[in-house]
Amino acid sequence: MSERAPGIVTKHLSWLLSGLLLSFILFALVLADSRPASALPFPAAQVRPLPAFARKYGMPCSACHLGWPMLSPFGQAFKDNGYQMGNDRDAPIYQDPGYWPVTFRITPIWHRDSTNRVAVDDPANPGGSLEARITTTGFDWTGLDFHAAGTLAKNISFYVLPSSDNTGAFHFESVWGRLDNLFGSSWFNVKMGKFELDNLLSEKRILTLSSVSGTYANYHFQPLVTPGSATNPLIAESYTFGIGDNQVGVEVMGHSKDDRTRYSASLLSSNDGSPGLPTSRAYDGFFTASQAFEIGSLGLQRVGGFAYLGEAPTFYQYSQGGVGVPGTGIGNKSFYRLGLIGQWYLRKVDITTMFFHGWDSAFLGSNTAANQPLPTGAQSPTWNGGLFETHFTPSPQLVLINRYELIRMSRQVFASNPSNFGDMDVLTVGYRYYPFISSRAGFAFHNEFAIQRQRGAAPITGLDLTTSSLLVGFDFDF
Amino acid sequence: MRTLKTKSIRIFLALLGVFVLPGLAAAQQTQQVETHIGKWTGHADTGKQLYFRYCWGCHGFRGDGTGENAPYLNILPRNFVAATFKCRSTPTGTLPIDQDLYNTIERGIVNSAMPSWITLTGQNRADLIAFIKTFSPRWLTEKPGEPLHVPAEPKLTVDSIKRGQALFQKLECWKCHGQEGRGDGPSASTLTDNNDQPIRPFNFAVGSRFKCGTTNEDLYKIFNTGVDGTPMPSFADVVKPDEAWDLVHYLRTLQVTHKSPELTMWESTKEGAALVAAAKPHGTPTGSGVR
Repeated sequence: MSERAPGIVTKHLSWLLSGLLLSFILFALVLADSRPASALPFPAAQVRPLPAFARKYGMPCSACHLGWPMLSPFGQAFKDNGYQMGNDRDAPIYQDPGYWPVTFRITPIWHRDSTNRVAVDDPANPGGSLEARITTTGFDWTGLDFHAAGTLAKNISFYVLPSSDNTGAFHFESVWGRLDNLFGSSWFNVKMGKFELDNLLSEKRILTLSSVSGTYANYHFQPLVTPGSATNPLIAESYTFGIGDNQVGVEVMGHSKDDRTRYSASLLSSNDGSPGLPTSRAYDGFFTASQAFEIGSLGLQRVGGFAYLGEAPTFYQYSQGGVGVPGTGIGNKSFYRLGLIGQWYLRKVDITTMFFHGWDSAFLGSNTAANQPLPTGAQSPTWNGGLFETHFTPSPQLVLINRYELIRMSRQVFASNPSNFGDMDVLTVGYRYYPFISSRAGFAFHNEFAIQRQRGAAPITGLDLTTSSLLVGFDFDF
Repeated sequence: MRTLKTKSIRIFLALLGVFVLPGLAAAQQTQQVETHIGKWTGHADTGKQLYFRYCWGCHGFRGDGTGENAPYLNILPRNFVAATFKCRSTPTGTLPIDQDLYNTIERGIVNSAMPSWITLTGQNRADLIAFIKTFSPRWLTEKPGEPLHVPAEPKLTVDSIKRGQALFQKLECWKCHGQEGRGDGPSASTLTDNNDQPIRPFNFAVGSRFKCGTTNEDLYKIFNTGVDGTPMPSFADVVKPDEAWDLVHYLRTLQVTHKSPELTMWESTKEGAALVAAAKPHGTPTGSGVR
């Protein structure tokens, strides 16, 4: 033991000192900024690394994750196969009776969030408002996720995810059961419940955590209706939808044995994943298909596309006290989101590219009930988006992250709006360092900086709204 | 000015520590070994990176099968230092050809912790094999054995199945595998592998796959090459090619939960139907996948 101690200490010191030094640098940069502070919301963790699987199969997390929680092609195939390795030892009957397929994840963090133009009271003009920069900084933590997932029997899998915000208020982020390899074919799997859409670019496995970059801007973008002014506040669309949100429905999914070819089709309740059917009785559809191919020694490349065709109610059939009665939403109007995705591997560098196109009905775009005439000049808003994300993974212990997203309006809700009103740009840089890789637990030292600018989105002046977020955290699960 | 310069150097060193050192640590010199499998040329240095992403948890840092999860596995991971491989097309005791290792990585080993790595690219698998071969000096001093020639499969007949049935008795396969092929013969409980771990003979009655493949040709190879590292010997010296195919046809009928031409033909006979009916498992499903 005495002979080994120096080596161990040296080894651990190297990453510890490296990490701490970089943290101090980032802290120093932050502390140098003396702008005022206040509170901004911080999203709960939304990712799905599962040491429960690693423990079950005795594999390091790096087998299934390029850098957890992002899946490697092997991990994607494992997921597509219903969390099964396919070696006839997946059923619980073969597990140690003490095995319990549960993992928790939480992330203590330090973060600094800043928005340049937020509406605040005007002390010189009681009842009036003005814009001010709001900056908040300090130590915090994310929500807590309890992932329970695995197989109930061979070819019957499940996933239950009670998830809390950082106050401990829980909700169910995922609840589903899945019949795998029906009729002995990997081309036919049926899932029912609340689940993440079969997005090639998974928001639930996003590598970034900050309030700006913890979700994909393209997945959640909805056009702004009218710019803010001294007399009228900024107006945004009132219906809620995000293609990155988990949805409730049934999914048919299939893939080739080697997972090179994949497809899925989902029928979903039109309520953006909310429980209790709170809005309408309509259904949405989501479709994906992708194909992977090898290019020499570069790795596996994949191209695919997706389409979400949805509806949202514009008013309620019945109301009580002026509030719509849940489930009676009518006057449905449609929207759709389309996208093309490429995942390109260049050995240790992987690049994800995405083209995104969105369209909303003019009724949804202008927040107009379908039994009312459209406001003068209202039209269906359309927009295009793009994403370019790179990861450099020099070893399974380190992932360097860079992402740029942009959204450009191609048709405004009102032609009188500035043509670039609502356009968005988001830039993110960061890294995750995993000091150890094992099959028991996961730990990542996470550093990230993200900045977002949206044209004309300041609530009063109609100027550009810029939000930035810097985050340092210990991201762990067990 | 000097303070600023010193700070700059410290910042540079810190960034160097975070971004470069981990990469350098992983970039140790690797023995330059190449493999050639079809259109793929595997390189050990690339394979090393893959090994330390996917394989080391079971097979260990030194490739000796003592990874951190090895104590929890009831079939110990392969010891690449010993270079004794179960699934080969080459005679018992010899090294496998690269294609054998490639196939094992692609297929996995059923009923063990070794999954199929079919999702890895062909290049990845070739690179991994090149690196795996750096663990044992055997690869430097020995050449792989000559691959077994597998003659064309003769037509399936009831007589062929019956001849195979007789061979199953004559070669005393039943002593380990049991009369119904359930892996419960009288010697089964005494068997150990080359890690001195208890090992159960293959149970034909469940599943459709064998440890080293799924096809009749794979089955032909298994008992002609033996499964090195286990008590399963090679029968190449005692079974002629025609007899080997007879045995293949009979062994297929022991897979009573897997539809095959052999099972269908065997069930069409009075004797076969009785044997198959008696061998089929009954009871409440446990979720294991066995019907």
